Amino acid sequence: MRAPEKTRFSWGALFHDPIQLFGAASFVLLVVLAIAPLKDHFSEWRRYQQQYVQMIHIRRDSVKLMRNFRPGIHQIWIPKAGVVDRCETCHLGLEESSLGDVKTEPFGSHPPIPHQLTEFGCVVCHLGQGVATTVTGAHDSTKEPDEPLLPARYMEASCGQCHHSPLMGTPTLNQGRALLAGYGCLRCHTVNLPDGSTMTPTDDPPPLTHIAEKTSRQWIYAWLKDPQSWSAAATMPNFLLSDAEARDISAFLIANSAPQPDSGSPPAPTPAVDSSAASAAQIAAGQALYGESFCASCHAMQNAAGNVVGGNLGPELTGIGSKVKPQWLKSWLSDPHVYDPKTLMPHFRWTSQQLTPLMDFLESQTNSSFTANVHLDPATPGQIAHGRQLVNEYGCAECHAIRGVSKPDNFAPDLSRIGSKPLAQIVFVAGMAHTLPAYLTAKLQHPREFVPGLRMPQYTFTPAQVDALATALLALTDRSFTMPRKWQLATPTPSNYRPAGQAGKLMADLNCQTCHRINGNGGDIAPDLSAEGSSVQRQWLDNFLKNPNTIRPTLIRRMPKFNLSDPERAILTDYIMTVYQIPQIDRDSMPDSGYPQALVEQGKEIFYSKYACQSCHMVNPNTDRGYIGPVLTTVGSRLTAAWIYAWLKDPQALRPGAIEPNRNMSDADARALTAFLMAQKGSGKEANQ
Amino acid sequence: MTRYLLILEMLALTICTGCSHHAPPAPALQATASGSALAVSSGDKQLGTPGAPLPQPLVVDVNDDQGNGVQGALVKFSGPDGVRFDPAEALSDSNGEVSTNVTVGDSSGRYPVEAITTDKKGKALHLEVNEMAAGYQEMLGYQVQRKYCSRCHDPNSTPEQVSNYDNLAVAPHSFDQGNTFNKLDDADLTSIISHGGPAMNLSALMPAYGSTLSKADIRAVIAYIRLVSNPPFEAPGMVYAMR
Repeated sequence: MRAPEKTRFSWGALFHDPIQLFGAASFVLLVVLAIAPLKDHFSEWRRYQQQYVQMIHIRRDSVKLMRNFRPGIHQIWIPKAGVVDRCETCHLGLEESSLGDVKTEPFGSHPPIPHQLTEFGCVVCHLGQGVATTVTGAHDSTKEPDEPLLPARYMEASCGQCHHSPLMGTPTLNQGRALLAGYGCLRCHTVNLPDGSTMTPTDDPPPLTHIAEKTSRQWIYAWLKDPQSWSAAATMPNFLLSDAEARDISAFLIANSAPQPDSGSPPAPTPAVDSSAASAAQIAAGQALYGESFCASCHAMQNAAGNVVGGNLGPELTGIGSKVKPQWLKSWLSDPHVYDPKTLMPHFRWTSQQLTPLMDFLESQTNSSFTANVHLDPATPGQIAHGRQLVNEYGCAECHAIRGVSKPDNFAPDLSRIGSKPLAQIVFVAGMAHTLPAYLTAKLQHPREFVPGLRMPQYTFTPAQVDALATALLALTDRSFTMPRKWQLATPTPSNYRPAGQAGKLMADLNCQTCHRINGNGGDIAPDLSAEGSSVQRQWLDNFLKNPNTIRPTLIRRMPKFNLSDPERAILTDYIMTVYQIPQIDRDSMPDSGYPQALVEQGKEIFYSKYACQSCHMVNPNTDRGYIGPVLTTVGSRLTAAWIYAWLKDPQALRPGAIEPNRNMSDADARALTAFLMAQKGSGKEANQ
Repeated sequence: MTRYLLILEMLALTICTGCSHHAPPAPALQATASGSALAVSSGDKQLGTPGAPLPQPLVVDVNDDQGNGVQGALVKFSGPDGVRFDPAEALSDSNGEVSTNVTVGDSSGRYPVEAITTDKKGKALHLEVNEMAAGYQEMLGYQVQRKYCSRCHDPNSTPEQVSNYDNLAVAPHSFDQGNTFNKLDDADLTSIISHGGPAMNLSALMPAYGSTLSKADIRAVIAYIRLVSNPPFEAPGMVYAMR
């Protein structure tokens, strides 16, 4: 009983004595007041600033560094972008270029980039919490809606928030975007960009409308089970189908296939299709034609040494004889547009004498092991119906045209803002790091591990491709939609230019734009033809179309010979010469021959000495060894003088991105070089071939 | 009943001791042989992305006195802070090769990496290999030089990227020739790239790129040359005053 009495007494005494009360209150107040400065004094950032001062003290330019150093919290504030970054409070050397060799973080200088820190801040690129003043708070916070720092390996993703077309310095991002577009990702997933445009796929999945004409049910079954075992480069992913699923889908596709329409002009009668009759000589002749027609520019095939050699624009042709039916192959080679009106394959005008050996060669390329273990009973109506249901469930029609199956809408999640997906919305697999990059990487590698029954197929990406894809996906952020509009660089508007009229039909038949870009539309494996009419001489173009020879000695991909008829060649030549002209070049402003010999000699002199053009070009094939640029031995019969002159003055003005350097040539030098080059007519034989 | 308990107890004990033997997850590798020389087989001087694994594995050879591969030699890899190896140590295979995947650190720059093995006398053999991580500027420089410069400056000509290196009257310098490039400061290099070889009394076969490449592109190419030069480039003005 005594103790509480005592307590009451002491408290009572305190409150009854104003002086004691005042003393106690003052003490409490002082302690409370001291907390803030003490907390500040012992703060993490102050310790870093002390270390920084110690570090710069022993450096050669310490006076300058000390002058730039300001103690206290530093802040970059960009109200319209919502940026409040205090990173420079600890990262003190970011803008000191002389600290480039400092490896102890956080004091090194920022590696050079084309942007100012004060203009964009830090978190726009690096993520993290700009306002935080502790290391963990700024870097690793995962509390909603905080984002942890973006790991360095995905750094190019940040460039992609504003730059929507390829940048030279961001190869990983460019590769990732090309993979997104080229591997069918964008066929199921929608990606809207901040400027309102939508990313479009660039792949070319074949229609399955007449599939029964092309291949067997056994082949479809084996392909569905594992496309990569047929061709490692196949872009079709593996849907991890069960035997029954593959059986039913293949049954449905065959049953659903419609007969292919008859071609308008049946090819000249050929000997009956019979591969067993093919002689070794026939096959060798076919192989020679395969080479001469430059099929390898687009198609890969395993060679005798076991290496897969060739382009990737068309499917790999190793084992093609075990895949397609001979009758289909004949029809396809005669005119591929009959089977697939949208195909990228040109309509080669092979004669029946050429067609037979070529077919024999292709049919001799077999891979019988692929379907060796496939034994399918005839399909039942129930299996066919189930196959149709599976085709709908797996979204096959997102990529392939299938008769009677419409493209599903909103089939897969929209990825427009996947780079800002809140971690709380992600279901992680046990044992994986709880970060967005780890989730994306795992999802790209093993999509079905997350939730059983997911439809996303299994791809066979290499680790570098997975990194590139993750980089491209991490660029699709919320911030890119909310940041100031003027930061957003416009997506280039895709051109859908197609040549018109009779020539347009012919060029569509030859699929010129599979390789050549014209007025912004087309492939990039052959020269842009938008200015071809200003650049070349008519006779040369006609000869080239008759017998395409290579202008650059080192190119692997070459223009095929299409066996054009004389009227077809005339249509193409006329159209290219009149329509594909650019206003900068007046073809008639300079003559194509008749330059004074003195001027030609002067041009020769500066060609070899002042400008040393022989580094890359050849005029005299016996002495010059420039293998990089086009061969110039007959350039006077190929190009117009006006084009050569304009090209010498500014190559990039005529063809953006040309690697020939702009030499800032005087008019007199350009004129002399033009005269010299126009004198290189070649032998009469070449010119009039 | 107690007998059963006893048996159970013994069983549990046996299992536990059995487990404890397996408890260390990675038993230390024991070398079964030792070589007398270490050499790089492939994967050195790679240009990677900061914080990411290099595109190719680093492969080193353990050889004996006759230059034949030694199987079973233990090779350990080490590097500066932030560099990771998978695996960090391994035994050489039947060809004497040891392969490891290298992940470079988060900042751009040069990463000297070391492979270590011990010879018969127990003496440590060191092999230093350089790997590189390209920041934005160096990566841009790599791309620019690949488009414009390596057509002559790359000693290796491939069908995909043909180089005229062997065909020129005056041989160009490969960009990793530090002994040549380190003597030229940034202003000299800028001058050669912008105005061509004759600007520095060098060959006219080197054309002027000043009207073709932007200033930023030229700076990037120089940054790339500085990154890959061997011996390494040391910029002036970065020297400690004391120490």
